[in-house]
Amino acid sequence: MSLGPYASFIVTSYLLVAAVVLILIIWIAIDYRRQKQTLHELEAGGVARRSGRSATDIT
Amino acid sequence: MTLIDLANPTRFLSLTARLLPWLAAATAVLLLIGLYQSAMAPDDYQQGATVKIMFIHVPNAWLSMFVWGVMSLAALGTLVWRHPLADVAAKAAAPIGAAFTFLALVTGSLWGRPMWGTYWEWDARLTSVLILFLMYLGLIALWRAVEDPSRAARAAAILTLVGAINLPIIKFSVDWWNTLHQPASVMRLGGPSLDRAFLIPLLVMAAAFSLLFVTLHLAAMRNEILRRRVRALQMMQVAQASQRSA
Repeated sequence: MSLGPYASFIVTSYLLVAAVVLILIIWIAIDYRRQKQTLHELEAGGVARRSGRSATDIT
Repeated sequence: MTLIDLANPTRFLSLTARLLPWLAAATAVLLLIGLYQSAMAPDDYQQGATVKIMFIHVPNAWLSMFVWGVMSLAALGTLVWRHPLADVAAKAAAPIGAAFTFLALVTGSLWGRPMWGTYWEWDARLTSVLILFLMYLGLIALWRAVEDPSRAARAAAILTLVGAINLPIIKFSVDWWNTLHQPASVMRLGGPSLDRAFLIPLLVMAAAFSLLFVTLHLAAMRNEILRRRVRALQMMQVAQASQRSA
């Protein structure tokens, strides 16, 4: 597969899209862990929801 | 499970936990198929291999508008029906929409340089998409600036609905004004003007990116619900501490 004289434009476009999508995925995954961690810490400190259910219980 | 059931964040989280692995897998498979088809697509007789940029530029451009459309529906849900998940949906979608819009702008610029001889032109299509990107950033800033979530939700919903006026302007800018950007070649009266060799990879990539959006959006909504639980528990913690000290 030859990309011709403008290969750098094509490759940069695809790499940029891959990088931004990857950043989005990593950011969302890190945010999820951080929220769950904070909820665990709060519950371990004795704060509970009015319903009595665990705030991290999502099943 | 009905739509009403999904108004309950706990039920929504339960459904999301079951759906996300399947959605992520389907997205990955569809992306791989789309990337393979894009790599194997023939060169265009005028543009050569640069036509391959279309397979990532167009899905991102479509999604940049689609995500704002989703946020507009969510804004109606906030203002009219006061659906508990409407603001969560809008707030979670904004950074993803901003990312898609950024990618549409940059990949378009990288496609424009070899084809038009310039990275940027202040024509109607490019400028209206840049305005869309700035509106995404403005909305994200608004949510961060207002501390009370319900006040932020109402302000953001109004701004989102006002911003929706930009969507038809973007779509029809190439018809209403004389622009450097080419007119629509897929979503047009009379059917797509693209050859099947380009149309099929483009549609597969569009489906893959749409699935990617659904997956990321559900995951970001789950995070936002958990963030609101954190806030609620922190407020309870403060209240308990002040009761003890009184």
